[in-house]
Amino acid sequence: MTRIETVFHDLRQRNQAALIPFLTAGDPDLATTAELIRTLADAGADLIELGFPFSDPMADGPTIQASSERALQAGTTLDKVLQLVTEVRRDCQVPLVLMGYYNPLYRYGVEKFAADAAAAGVDGLLLVDLPPEEAQEVTVCLKQVGIAMITLLAPTTPPERMRRLGMEAEGYIYYVSMTGVTGTQQVEPEAIREAVEQLRGMTDIPVGVGFGITTPEDAAAVGRFADGVVVGSALVRIIEKYGTSNELLPQVRQFIESLKGGLAASR
Amino acid sequence: MTYEFPDERGHFGDYGGRYVAETLMPALLELEQAYTEARQDPAFQQEFAYYLKNYVGRPSPLYHAKRLSEELGGAQIYLKREDLNHTGAHKVNNTVGQILLARRMGKQRVIAETGAGQHGVATATVAALFGMECDIFMGKEDIRRQALNVFRMKLLGARVHEVTSGTATLKDAMNDALRYWVTHVRDTFYIIGTVAGPHPYPLLVRDFQSVIGEESKQQMAEAVGTLPDVALACIGGGSNAMGLFYPFVKDVGVRLIGVEAAGFGVDTGKHAASISAGAPGVLHGNKTYLLQDDAGQIEHAHSVSAGLDYPGVGPEHAHLNDIGRAEYVSVTDEEALEAFQRLTRVEGIIPALESAHAIAEVFKLAPTMSREQTILVCLSGRGDKDIHTVADAMGVEF
Repeated sequence: MTRIETVFHDLRQRNQAALIPFLTAGDPDLATTAELIRTLADAGADLIELGFPFSDPMADGPTIQASSERALQAGTTLDKVLQLVTEVRRDCQVPLVLMGYYNPLYRYGVEKFAADAAAAGVDGLLLVDLPPEEAQEVTVCLKQVGIAMITLLAPTTPPERMRRLGMEAEGYIYYVSMTGVTGTQQVEPEAIREAVEQLRGMTDIPVGVGFGITTPEDAAAVGRFADGVVVGSALVRIIEKYGTSNELLPQVRQFIESLKGGLAASR
Repeated sequence: MTYEFPDERGHFGDYGGRYVAETLMPALLELEQAYTEARQDPAFQQEFAYYLKNYVGRPSPLYHAKRLSEELGGAQIYLKREDLNHTGAHKVNNTVGQILLARRMGKQRVIAETGAGQHGVATATVAALFGMECDIFMGKEDIRRQALNVFRMKLLGARVHEVTSGTATLKDAMNDALRYWVTHVRDTFYIIGTVAGPHPYPLLVRDFQSVIGEESKQQMAEAVGTLPDVALACIGGGSNAMGLFYPFVKDVGVRLIGVEAAGFGVDTGKHAASISAGAPGVLHGNKTYLLQDDAGQIEHAHSVSAGLDYPGVGPEHAHLNDIGRAEYVSVTDEEALEAFQRLTRVEGIIPALESAHAIAEVFKLAPTMSREQTILVCLSGRGDKDIHTVADAMGVEF
């Protein structure tokens, strides 16, 4: 089993949902990101989505836009993000999914990326603006090196398309809880419960839910029926607030522990 | 030659496609379906033709610029007068087509991005015509440069959203329009202003703008009895150029020339010449030539003309470039400003700064050709909106 499969398998055994924090690599700088990843894993994150920044993050709200800008200001490139993963992998085995937009990866070279990402210890890839219709080359290259291509599904995805994409999915499915951009609205757990349960009937792949989950209460409400909850903008706001101060890691740890507590009590 | 693009997945050779978030995919598939039906429906085509004739004022004249041709001493220059359309530019051809499609699809609201404000005005105009809600996204920097157009849009009843993210110009306006669309996708139609974006936009915008080339072809036949030797137009995203070129693509004897904005010069790093000096990449839903750095981050475009100030280009132009069917050259801010003044003085026509780029290339090209040869130029818009920018550049204060 891959690291991603192992994590979801173990959690299912314990009847728990996965906690999946998202953060932008290089915000505020890459050295701090390395410490943050270790802290997140230590505080109970089951899998981490590590954003690589893009100048034009069209699916993101103001919080992650600003985070991407800070990371780019700090000189973050995809190349350096892969070096970061290599370094973190020496002492940390939490599954890492790189998340971002296609152009930096296209420019890096798809085949070269697959080889370098596998060597670094990347477990999955999620590209916001690469729908399955355009993803053949990336999917083939990733399959050869054992990196999972994560599928996004949305509330607007029609049932037939959902079934087809669900059947081809690997690792886990990222279900977008609402029409919109990241970090701008509150999740309504009951509104998405039905969709997630429908999806369950179509595929065995675990379903993670993201967009609009900010508090332990939100995490608990969604964790009751989803296999994983993604928390992005709420964590990025803490990173924005504390930056490089000494308080950053304790604050992040406390936040992750509170989300984990919410999830633990939810089932 | 045979030329059947885009293919059924929206690709022009290596370019084009549909690179968007999953939330938007169903909307694009729905749009593709609706457009495929509309394209074959005579009633839709009749309605489109009706509004082009009676509302836009088509056909637009083809004007033989005799004084200019004489002065340059070479090829005869024919101006396709898109500046005489209602709202003052070619943009309205497309917004009429798209709003009719939006109505056909039962959408209640439209949104658009705009750079110079011409597409914003053209969208706000047709929204007023059909009583639809309209939201326009425009960069803060462009709002400053194009205050007149902002006021026109507001008079027409549109809400203008100031975009402050990124570089606060056209590219960022498009980002914010896409963000708004993803949030309101169920009842909102996005009227994209150029032959870019995810499939089917490059196709449908090309179709709606092709009236430029179709009329020109007929008018050239009436005027000189043959095809032009050159068809030439300026390129930001490339909608007026695509509209001019497309009906001539299979006429391989006609040289197609696209003129990009070289800003301060393509070797200065401050320009908007995506084909001449960019590299292939993916932005705003399509694969095409982009201004970008080695790490794949999009770079700032620069042009004195807000309508050309965009770091990408329509994917069909990228394809026409790669297969060698069209040529792409570039013209600096300075050359465009000079062309702006010269056309105004010699022919009494004040061109948009965008169109002045095309005219500047004509100044270089016409003298190298014989008096029997012809250049067809798309004069894509009128220059009233640019008077302040030109005055600034000339050091004139009001």
